[in-house]
Parts: sequence; C-alpha cells; structure tokens
Amino acid sequence: MKKLINGVESVEEQMILGLVKSAPDKLRKLDEGNVVVRAQKKEGKVALVSGGGSGHEPAHGGFVGEGMLDAAVAGAVFTSPTPDKIFAGIQAVATDKGVLCVVKNYTGDVMNFEMAIDMAKDEDIEADYVVVNDDVAVKDSLYTTGRRGVAGTILVHKIAGAKAEQGASLPEVKAVAEKVIANVRTMGMAISPCTVPAAGKPGFELAEDEVEIGIGIHGEPGTTREKLSTADETAKKLLDKILADIDFKGQEVVVMVNGMGATPLMELYIINNFVQDYLKEQGVKVYDTMVGNYMTSIEMAGFSLTLLRLDDEMKALYDAKADTPALKR
Amino acid sequence: MLDTAKAAEIIRAIAARMEAEKDFLTQLDNEIGDGDHGINLARGFKSVLEKLPELEGGDIGGLLKGTGMQLVSNVGGASGPLYGTAFMKAGNALKGKTDITAAEFAVAMEAAIGGIKMRGKSEEGEKTMLDALCPAYKALSEAIDGGDELKDALSKAIEAAAKGVEYTKTIIATKGRASYLGERSIGHQDPGATSSLYMLQEIEKCL
Repeated sequence: MKKLINGVESVEEQMILGLVKSAPDKLRKLDEGNVVVRAQKKEGKVALVSGGGSGHEPAHGGFVGEGMLDAAVAGAVFTSPTPDKIFAGIQAVATDKGVLCVVKNYTGDVMNFEMAIDMAKDEDIEADYVVVNDDVAVKDSLYTTGRRGVAGTILVHKIAGAKAEQGASLPEVKAVAEKVIANVRTMGMAISPCTVPAAGKPGFELAEDEVEIGIGIHGEPGTTREKLSTADETAKKLLDKILADIDFKGQEVVVMVNGMGATPLMELYIINNFVQDYLKEQGVKVYDTMVGNYMTSIEMAGFSLTLLRLDDEMKALYDAKADTPALKR
Repeated sequence: MLDTAKAAEIIRAIAARMEAEKDFLTQLDNEIGDGDHGINLARGFKSVLEKLPELEGGDIGGLLKGTGMQLVSNVGGASGPLYGTAFMKAGNALKGKTDITAAEFAVAMEAAIGGIKMRGKSEEGEKTMLDALCPAYKALSEAIDGGDELKDALSKAIEAAAKGVEYTKTIIATKGRASYLGERSIGHQDPGATSSLYMLQEIEKCL
C-alpha cells in the first residue's frame, strides 16, 4: 500500500481537520468526533445533515456551507458513521424548524441514521430523513436492499440545501429532496481498484485490460466485468442504461461527470465530449454540466455519469447560491 | 455456572477471536461486500475491552448492555447496529441477574435474535448472520428442553450454526451490500454468519 498518510488510525480525523483548516472561517469540527458543521450556526432554517463513510471526498464535509449542508458526519473509511456521532451532528445544528438527514441507501447507513434519529426524537428534536438510491446498475426489486446511493446525492444536497436555506418547512424540504431522488440516475465504472487504508490491499483486482461496469463507490464489485473499450463506448454503455431507466427525452437535465478519485480530468473531459454530443442526439437538453471529483472512491480510477431531470422548481434551486469548499454557485 | 465474571471472560474471548480472525472476515467481506467486517468488529470489541473493567462489577444484564452500546458506537457499518442491538436486547433480558441458567441463556439469545431481525428488517434465508443464529437457537432450545447442560446444548447449537454458515454459500443474498451481486453472491460464505459462529464457539469454550 502506497499512500500519503501518517498511519491508518489517523486517516479520517486528519482528513476532517485538514478540510476544516482549508476554510477556518466557514467550517468547524465538533469535539465529539469527525463531524463538520458550519462555523456559524444558522437559525430559522431546516438543518440538513448528511454523512457516510470516509473515502468519498469531497463528499460529504466539502459540501457543508451556505446553500447546502449544515453538518456532515464522517465514519471510518467506507463505513457508516455510528449513531452517537450522527446524533452529535444533528444536535449541533438542530433548529426549531427541524432536521432532515440525507442518507445513501446502504444497509449500515440506513440503520445507523435511523438509530440516531430515534435518539434525536427522544431529545424532542424534530428529525426526518430521505434515502438516496440513484444507482441504476443495481437491480431494484423486493429481493435486494434496493439501489445504492451514489453521486446523485450531491444534487440532493444542492437542491434540498437551497430549499432549506430559503426557510422552507421540514415537509417542504423533504418533498423537494424526494423529487430530486425520483428524477436523478447514476451509473459508474472502474478501471482500477482502491485500497481501504486499514485493509492495506485492494478490495478487488482487475487485469490490465479489464474493467468493472456498474461499480459502487466502495470498491464493491459491479454487475459485469469486461474488456476495456474506448471512452466513448464506455460512456455510451453507462448512458444507455440511465436513459432506459426513466424518460429523459425532451427534458432539461443537469449532467455530472464524476471522477472516482484517480481519473485525470483529461479523461473526464474526453468522456464529457461524447456525453454532450450523445445527449443532443438523443433529444436531451443539457441545462448545466458538472465535471470533476464530487463523490469519489479513494484512489479508484473510473467515473460515473449522473443525469437529473429538472423542473422549474429544481432549476431555480439548482441555480441558487451555494458557498461550500467543493461546490460554489 | 455462568456468572458475571464468566460472562466477562466470554466477552474477552470473543474480542480475542475477532482480532485473530480480522483478516479472514475482511477477506470474506471483500468477496461479496465492502471489505470491512473483520476490521470493524475487531475495532468494536477492542473498545469493549477498554470499557470492560467498569462493566464487570455489575450484573450480566448491565455487562451485555454496555457491550452492545460500545459496539453500536464503535463498529459502524451494518454489523455495529446489528450486533450492538443483539447484545443490548440480551442485556435487557438478563437485567439484574448475576448468575444465569441454561434456560435464561436461551431467553437472552432469543431476545438477541429478535433485535437483529427488527433492526435489519430481515429473516432467515437472506444470507446474513441470522442463518447461523436462528438454527443455532433452535438446536440450543431443543437441547435445553431435553435436559442438556448449557455447554452440551451450545455444542449442538454450534453444529447447527456451522451448517448454517455452509448454507449461506448456496443462497443469494437479499440483504446488505452482498444483495447487489445477485447470483454472483452464490458460492461465497456470509461474513456475518461466520462471525456469529465464532462468537458461539467462544461462549462454549469458556464454559
């Protein structure tokens, strides 16, 4: 394992401290654990709390700030944070308008957030949650845990965050978060694996000419393994799966070309070059495009594509001001 | 006899076993999950060991409840809430007891399994720890009803749990991250069922 760290035990805390020190006037870390909150608590709005395992930077701490999150709770690498830490985050940012948690659909994340919300309710904090499940690679049926939450989560933070910032009520913020979830779809792939620091070796192996299609953001295996093809062919494969899932024809969309951590921007732009042309061909109107590392998987190389189908409300909220380390608008 | 001191000895033995099997459990999880099961359990039980000196002075219920709370706060993932809830429920069932019978052990185990089902919204046959624990409980309670001592009943429970672990190789996961693999999860043994088997083995060894 070759990593720029000071020891596997200190990875998460030093990452959070470093993030906070990059914006000391805007962010602070709670003493209780690896929880990032805004330096100045904002009253009179629904507090938006997100979180999950570490290793997805800039998610989620990088999206704390005006127009997006109030708190982000970081667990160990690829491991959901525990209920006591999530509760500490909820408690630190809770207002009389309540708290909405944004949870990605993983068994552990959902269970830990549910336990934390129960703890918050015991303290008379009004708290609710939404579960993001945008990954079309995973079959959604009664027989699975359901689709995973991946890069589309960032757009939930953006749009629900803007709604909360405007002073909307908890049911209103929850409703718009659920609207984003209903309209956002993502699919990813990897060309090389990642190594959890504490594990010391890659979570899976790929031959020099192999790729994993449908990969999740935790190095967990995808749906199929195949030979490496061109950037255009690979992007088409992912896009076709997304376009077949819900109808995007004639719709305005936000496109996110997301790097998995070790993909050069050069390659992400090559992919975007195809994505834009192909969407045009398919009659999908691109309202805005994000290219970069938003929801990563440590040093995995690969990318995911996300499409969000917009309506007027989501468009206005997407355009609203955001001032966070990883997303400004 | 299973008193508080013995219960603390069992917790120490389980912690040592989780540390010893850390890499193997993580390897199993790498194959069908996210590769952190062994790491997380070892970390969680290490934190239980730190707390144990203040827990072992009281009753068995408090010891198990404290163990569960440490697991919930330090394991993370799905196994933290699941094992944490299991130990807390078992602790509730044994509240105030400083010495328990075989029948009381069975009641606590039943409560623990109920907690896992509730928290995980899961049942037997979904390639989870329940596939080791449910058959183990059935064998244990039958043996105790038939007049077995706890140690003998646990031996039968371990046999059933080991079969349950083997059974997880033959079925598709429908809960947890392994469920995303669909049929590709067949052939792999469930890490949670495996760690549950190890815990039962350590209890039996200590008696």
